[in-house]
Amino acid sequence: MSEWRKDWRHGPWSPRIVVNAGLVTVLALVPVYAAFAGDPFAMTLFSRILIMAIAALSLNLIMGFGGMVSFGHAACLGIGGYAVGILAKEGIGSGFVQWPVAVVASAIYALVVGALCLRTRGVYFIMITLAFAQMVYYVASGLDRYGGDDGLTIYHRSQFGPFDLNNATLFYYLCFALLLASIYLVWRIVNSRFGLVIQGARSNEPRMRAVGFPTFRYRLVCFVIAGALCGLAGALLANHTNFISPAMMHWTRSGDLIVMAVLGGMHAMFGPLIGAMAFLLLEQGLSHVTDYPDLILGPLLLIVAIYVNGGIDGLLGGPRRG
Amino acid sequence: MAEALLEIDALTKRFGGVMASDAISLALSRGELHALIGPNGAGKTTLIGQLTGEIAPDSGRIRFEARDVTALPVYRRSQIGLARSFQIASLFVEFTALDNVALAVQAHAGHSFRFWRAARCEPELRAPARDALLRVGLAARADVPVTALSHGERRQLEIAMALATRPRLLLLDEPMAGMGPEESARLVETLRQLKGGLTILLVEHDMDAVFALADRISVLVYGRIIASGDPAAIRADAAVREAYLGEQDGVRREGRHEAPHG
Repeated sequence: MSEWRKDWRHGPWSPRIVVNAGLVTVLALVPVYAAFAGDPFAMTLFSRILIMAIAALSLNLIMGFGGMVSFGHAACLGIGGYAVGILAKEGIGSGFVQWPVAVVASAIYALVVGALCLRTRGVYFIMITLAFAQMVYYVASGLDRYGGDDGLTIYHRSQFGPFDLNNATLFYYLCFALLLASIYLVWRIVNSRFGLVIQGARSNEPRMRAVGFPTFRYRLVCFVIAGALCGLAGALLANHTNFISPAMMHWTRSGDLIVMAVLGGMHAMFGPLIGAMAFLLLEQGLSHVTDYPDLILGPLLLIVAIYVNGGIDGLLGGPRRG
Repeated sequence: MAEALLEIDALTKRFGGVMASDAISLALSRGELHALIGPNGAGKTTLIGQLTGEIAPDSGRIRFEARDVTALPVYRRSQIGLARSFQIASLFVEFTALDNVALAVQAHAGHSFRFWRAARCEPELRAPARDALLRVGLAARADVPVTALSHGERRQLEIAMALATRPRLLLLDEPMAGMGPEESARLVETLRQLKGGLTILLVEHDMDAVFALADRISVLVYGRIIASGDPAAIRADAAVREAYLGEQDGVRREGRHEAPHG
């Protein structure tokens, strides 16, 4: 029967499943730890990890599975954040308005950028996605009403009726649930007919056309889905930091997202989460030790990229899902 | 002659100073196996590329089932029944053999904006894909990743993918290139079984295979068709002997082919 279930041929206790299940369990218990240890910063740090994991996951959908290396993905993060911030500033505090606007705005941005960029390949694709993201960055810097370069403080988190996002535990579990839902969503997409077309186009696009697929429209829709998901991450991030600024979509942010996806393992469902966690924990840990964490992070990434095929997930061996 | 399935009319393609296609006109009737032979660099692959839409001709017309397809994009031509196999196997190397063929089936099973169901569990994609593998003799290798397939098996997989699109015209670009004698013999047998049901344009250097299979043969030299006719006529054609068979290893093979007759 189900042929993809062969992935489980290493039994239910393959290293990957154990590690992923352990990871989910640890993440589920972070608020418990924070409460007992009296360590509210852990909540802040891990909420950020969950949010960046959603963003890296969305990038991984187009980059890892679709072969579309976008160097401007943080623009979607920023647009999602600005949608929340601008609406909050204008007195529209409902999350039921803010979040859909964030998602739709990012999706529209991805649609426009994708329609132009997806006609190019390789380095050109990377450079054009970067160019568009820089345009958005400078537009945001010029929005004087919304803080310009300095950014804008959000005084009230998105309102969802009786649910108060100022409650750190509730916010954390919301991020957690959205991340798990996103991973499941991406997993379904990747293994669907649509997902196989996307992966086929990464593998050999001329062949896809020769066999009868109009690849452009599938790649474009994939790009839009990734943009929408990243817009959601942006809405979460704005609520998390209570602040938006052009720095959210600086090109180095796009670079960070690529690093997370590569570090964790591009063809793995939990790769972006593993990568986001490793990246942010290292960044945090190293900042206690040195003023220049990049000096250590950079070489470390090189080592992983050169020697570890498939990122951290690749160390787990065995078959990959997706 | 039976009604033409494919009509090529004065097709011309120039690459710089090279005439890759020099006013080529050719008609394939339904159900025939038409072989296209010619020395290396004669423009055979360029002609195939123009038929599938990967290369745009400078001038001329291509009609498929009485419909002008000259400007149709590659994927549309596949959808209306033109399939090709590539001279250098062009496959999805991350996938298994069955995945490759199932993608070809999927391309012709409606749109693929289906985001939820696991495509590898859909019998309506997997069953026809297994059938196509069976037809080329690869059924036992269905779940093997492409990277683990031999050269010959990849060629067979190419043909299985083309068949899986349920084509009306099959364009085979040197399907036997680099195959061992046993694999070649099996492929000749496969093509013989496909003959009649399908219209096939076969580009091939293996003259044994060409003369064994072809209903008609056209000879392409420097972008021009210098002769077209049934195998006996081509073998007897003085211009062909001089321009092609006489200079190429084809004459030795052909000689061997003729040996039993004296």
